[in-house]
Amino acid sequence: MTLREIKEILDATVLTGEEELDREVKAACGSDLMSDVLAFVKDQAMLLTGLVNGQVIRTAEMMDIHAVIFIRGKKPSDEVVSLAESRDIVIMETELPMYIACGMLYSAGLTGGSSRA
Amino acid sequence: MSEPLMVLHYDVDGTDFTVAGEASGAVKKVLKQLGVSAEVIRKVAIAMYECEINMVIHAHGGFIDVEIRPESIRMIHKDVGPGIPDVEKAMQAGFSTASQQVRELGFGAGMGLPNMKKYTDEMKITTEVGKGTIVDMTVYIK
Ligand SMILES: Nc1ncnc2c1ncn2[C@@H]1O[C@H](COP(=O)(O)OP(=O)(O)OP(=O)(O)O)[C@@H](O)[C@H]1O
Ligand SMILES: [Mg+2]
Repeated sequence: MTLREIKEILDATVLTGEEELDREVKAACGSDLMSDVLAFVKDQAMLLTGLVNGQVIRTAEMMDIHAVIFIRGKKPSDEVVSLAESRDIVIMETELPMYIACGMLYSAGLTGGSSRA
Repeated sequence: MSEPLMVLHYDVDGTDFTVAGEASGAVKKVLKQLGVSAEVIRKVAIAMYECEINMVIHAHGGFIDVEIRPESIRMIHKDVGPGIPDVEKAMQAGFSTASQQVRELGFGAGMGLPNMKKYTDEMKITTEVGKGTIVDMTVYIK
């Protein structure tokens, strides 16, 4: 699934990385616990999270996660957006809550990114 | 053990949570440029990032030395924080003394040390209460 399709499904707004929307995403994970992401997420997944601090972007950087979706209309600061930009990470924001956002992507064919799944 | 090909040194600022992870990000970049395999880079990046975060949230910062050899990457994290009273307990998944503030930022699940153990081939913690902690980790390049 491409980031462009994900943007459509979640009715999301792109905060940075508009030109990267053709990137392919193979798996996703929804979490507000960065240590869990660091422990269990597979390579190249996409992250959905309700946290908007810079460590979310740094966690994504370490995990080679190239796209982050902020759920429930959470707005990151300009610093967080530029950090993502400098790390070549696409960020989007959707009004949907976590459960709904994950459910919609899952039904559309995007499955889990957990190595335990 | 052979002489390191490269030694990198980083100071970790213990007062600014927003920059925690700068050193790990920088090392990741260097390893990529050196052509180290994605699998090794991933292990080093995750272990070092967890440890760097710990230095900031539990120990007022410190410094990190990274030794790059053809056969391994070694990361030595030194802080002058409070030390760890019971290392065995600290190593257990789920054990955390992190503040509510740290938890709200997505950390404090007590997963960091177990993660470091999981992603590295050697890990040694030397710690003294009131003096500080050294976490010495090595990832082998096979
Ligand atoms: N450098 C350190 N100095 C002092 N105490 C530490 C240090 N590193 C870890 N600890 C202690 O060990 C505990 C467990 O560490 P660990 O990294 O596993 O979990 P955490 O940092 O609390 O949460 P998480 O890593 O999941 O965000 C910490 O809560 C803290 O009490
Ligand atoms: Mg930790």
